[in-house]
Amino acid sequence: MNAFPILAAGTVYGVLLNAKEEWDAWAAQMSEPPYQAPPQAPVLYIKTANTWSVCGSAIVVPARAPEVEIGASLAMVIGTAAQQVAAAEALAHVAGYVLVNDLSLPHASYYRPPVKYKNLDGFLGIGPRLVTPAEVGDPARVRLEVRVDGTLRQTVDCAQMLRPAAQLIADVSEFMTLRRGDVLLLGLGAQRPLARAGQRIEIRAAGHAALGTLTHTLVAEAA
Amino acid sequence: MKRARIAYDGAIHDATEHDGRLLLTDGRRVDFDAVVWLPPLAPVPWPRTILALGLNYADHAKELAFKAPQEPLVFLKGEGSLIGHRAHTVRPAGVDTMHYECELAVVIGKAAKKVKRADAYDFVAGYTVANDYAIRDYLENWYRPNLRVKNRDTGTPLGPWLVDTADIPNPMNLALRTTVNGKVTQSGSTRDMIFDLPFLIEYFSDFMTLNPGDLILTGTPDGVVDCQPGDVIVTEIEGLGALMNTITAPALTPTLSQREREKASR
Repeated sequence: MNAFPILAAGTVYGVLLNAKEEWDAWAAQMSEPPYQAPPQAPVLYIKTANTWSVCGSAIVVPARAPEVEIGASLAMVIGTAAQQVAAAEALAHVAGYVLVNDLSLPHASYYRPPVKYKNLDGFLGIGPRLVTPAEVGDPARVRLEVRVDGTLRQTVDCAQMLRPAAQLIADVSEFMTLRRGDVLLLGLGAQRPLARAGQRIEIRAAGHAALGTLTHTLVAEAA
Repeated sequence: MKRARIAYDGAIHDATEHDGRLLLTDGRRVDFDAVVWLPPLAPVPWPRTILALGLNYADHAKELAFKAPQEPLVFLKGEGSLIGHRAHTVRPAGVDTMHYECELAVVIGKAAKKVKRADAYDFVAGYTVANDYAIRDYLENWYRPNLRVKNRDTGTPLGPWLVDTADIPNPMNLALRTTVNGKVTQSGSTRDMIFDLPFLIEYFSDFMTLNPGDLILTGTPDGVVDCQPGDVIVTEIEGLGALMNTITAPALTPTLSQREREKASR
């Protein structure tokens, strides 16, 4: 894991159901068992260090899973600790942005924490580079494009996030400090594409060339 | 050997227990109450994985009105929630239920990937005590238990010691107990875990590599009660020592919620 100068210290937190389209698709079930009510606080999960994969690496798909779900997102790397910050000041705590591919095994229930679906070795692609806030500008203007073997499969419009970057940082920092080096993903798009071993995944932000292209190849687990 | 990590005399030190005092690596001996106790963990170059079990004792599952799980109910915690022995944990203003959870914490000693249960103990460096506080008011049924319940600043006291595996021949037969202000409120034994430690190491390492310094918090038996500011909570495990923690109110009172702050700033 020595190729991660951009993520040396912190914990990587992802957020579920931040895309408006995904929220709308789930809305009818939210008041049903086992959920009983729509989520109030941001629904977070952790991508542990064993999941980190550098740009360009091969990611192993376990034999038990025919396909993995691609989770393109924009990651915010925290530069100065954010503790109970207001949204108006939240983006001042961001040191930079980087593309990520938050891979999951597909799972239909969001009731229990998704550790066995989201924390497999290699299941978080990160890179290729950390870009300053000045280069990115308003993160809501970022649109991510996901290609599998060269075919455009998904576009993630960061303007459609129910909690925009600043509000997300504010709402998370209300109950836990985001420390220097911690990473908060802005959220995943709806209708996340699937891919299988042998396929190549590319994620880039149209109009934000500085973020580069995050690429991975999926490979089958050795027998 | 019982190992501690402490702040003393302007620096952070590794220390060991010696005749009821702390022995620093430079030979100084200091009293337990003369130091600040940190979580007894060596620094690692990457954020450590902290796995925590829910409902891993049948009696506690029953207490919370759940049937025992068919496979481990696991959640993850960030390192930011860890604090050491003799520290303070914040009870948020206005909540109804905050409870402690006395847990055997296992520290991984070497990289573990696809480990079989028969070999599991070879990958353990030692054991410590965790108090995995929960603020039940914030429970939501999305990735439950959610981080607002379980991953708060100061919410996971750990320590006082990292005890070597050699000193704990059978970690699956240790008495646990918690006292609140000196009164016993929780008692149990690690032998009553639903998923024991070898099972957990095999289960997790099947899909994720556990690295040196990673932690597994193995769940709590029944007997959890609400705690209030000023309460002294001691979670203790046979052979590992007693982890003391004091509940405190938020430093800023009344704490402005983030939304209230924004309203005020408009």
